[in-house]
Amino acid sequence: MMQQSEIQDGNSSVNRSTLAIEARGLVKIFGDNRAVDGVDLSIPSGCIYALLGPNGAGKTTIINMLNTLLEPDDGTAKVFGHDVAQEAQVVRQLISVTGQSAAVDEKLSASENLTIFALLLGLSRPEARKRTADLLQEFGLADAANRTLDKFSGGMRRRLDLACSLIVQAPLIFLDEPTTGLDPRTRIQMWESIRRLVSSGSTILLTTQYLDEADHLADRIAVIDHGRVVAEGTSRELKSAVGKATLHLQLAYEKDTAEAVRITEAVLNVRASLPEPKFVTAPMADPDRVTDLLIALREAKIHLANVSMEEPTLDEAFLALTGDGKLAEKGATVP
Amino acid sequence: MTDQIVPGAERRLKNSVTLRMTISNSLTMAYRNLLMIRRTPQQLFDVTIQPILFTLMFVYLFGGAISGSVSGYLPIIIPGILAQTALTACIATGVQLREDMDKGVFYRFKSMPIARIAPLTGPLLADVVRYTIATSLCFVMGYILGFRWASLGGAVVGGALVVFCSWCISWIFALLGVVLKTAQTVQGISTAILFPLTFLSGAFVPTSTLPRLLQDFVNVNPLTYIVSAVRQLFNQGTIGNDFWLSLIGSIAVVVIFAPLTLRAYMRKA
Repeated sequence: MMQQSEIQDGNSSVNRSTLAIEARGLVKIFGDNRAVDGVDLSIPSGCIYALLGPNGAGKTTIINMLNTLLEPDDGTAKVFGHDVAQEAQVVRQLISVTGQSAAVDEKLSASENLTIFALLLGLSRPEARKRTADLLQEFGLADAANRTLDKFSGGMRRRLDLACSLIVQAPLIFLDEPTTGLDPRTRIQMWESIRRLVSSGSTILLTTQYLDEADHLADRIAVIDHGRVVAEGTSRELKSAVGKATLHLQLAYEKDTAEAVRITEAVLNVRASLPEPKFVTAPMADPDRVTDLLIALREAKIHLANVSMEEPTLDEAFLALTGDGKLAEKGATVP
Repeated sequence: MTDQIVPGAERRLKNSVTLRMTISNSLTMAYRNLLMIRRTPQQLFDVTIQPILFTLMFVYLFGGAISGSVSGYLPIIIPGILAQTALTACIATGVQLREDMDKGVFYRFKSMPIARIAPLTGPLLADVVRYTIATSLCFVMGYILGFRWASLGGAVVGGALVVFCSWCISWIFALLGVVLKTAQTVQGISTAILFPLTFLSGAFVPTSTLPRLLQDFVNVNPLTYIVSAVRQLFNQGTIGNDFWLSLIGSIAVVVIFAPLTLRAYMRKA
């Protein structure tokens, strides 16, 4: 990967354990709307960190305060130990930003876009030309290199946008909803690109509204709602803090269904549901009771074809955390 | 497999932007604007069609009425058209800046480690090319219609003066572009400023017949001095007081408006 000329090799006096991002009490007010209302974040170097939240929760505003585009109304933020307000120019040398809408020149071609950004980043003309060619190849845009962007599809535009952000691989990369609007295949490719960036030393801060994306991709997740961090942790931590595991019983004979539901509800003291004939599912708060249930079913001579447990999903955690508790409870019965 | 990048915490970086970087970034941004002109040549309408059309129109429309003949009017009108065309081209500077700043690509510029003013200085630099095209076309049209300058040197200096003054004055329109909300507003307000400035200047007609109040305006209008200076250069081939006044006035415009524009831009950027 390309490196900036200002970089000096490992200096032992620099603290290696510096956080990629350290934010304390960030506040941003638009009119009388506290879009971001006291956000603390500690993001270790070398991880994929996701901000997860519903639309309008304040994710983008948080990102834009961390990447120097917006000045916080209160609080401080540091990127690798550099204050975003005091040392904005240093911070900009450490980050790259990919926003929700493609930040590229519509009137220019793909290769002209890349070359201009490369020149602005201090690459020489031959370097810029070479890097442009490499990136066009890597992002599958070589055939469209000389076309202007008004003839590009949405997916091509986003790929070019990401390519522009990777001309020089930054230690900290912001990706605001990187996969929104991408087809499933391109989405998986994007995930691979993100993992590759982390494996070569970058830290990623991304926002997403897709729960499975946060679940599969992120090392840590902050759930954002109404401008606050309502929960923070690994995907597993978030799920176990909120969601309940679900027990799935598959009966051998359909005639036993009614009796099985009655016993399950009596023993587990919850409401069971029947997603389809012969299947009984129930939320399970206390794993110890499963033994009691299985014994009770055997005593009632109800035969089982299968027993399985399902981990709580991030959906449940998310819905519970972002204030729609009713949906979260209902979610427990959805397989 | 993949090379490791230097960790963020181990990089030693400066929080300042060097002059060399500012110049290099500005030139790259100017290059970007020239590429955009090449991609959408209709951007050049105001500096190609307009000088040709206006020169033809005004020469034949006013020539007989004002000077008795077309050939007698040419020495008056050509410098006037020149200044008017170049100044009109300044409007586009503000309008395009506004359009540019509303586009997604500015989001990227703002988060990149580049000189903050480069997205502003780049287009202004590129516009020198536009003013030069406009000026040259006026010359060519004038020549075709029969206009002859006193000396080639005078003509070149006169053309250069117009380009330089236009560049200086374009900072005013750049400020409008940065401050105003939409491209249409920029266009509207710029036109409203430009019309009295060009027509109440002695660019097209002798001002001696104007009412007292208008004459006062003409006498404080910077364009009057530019046009007079260019006339003297074209028709006598000499540099007079008006030349220096135009130069000083234009520089004063930059000194006042460049910082204002930069400050407004930084606050928005």
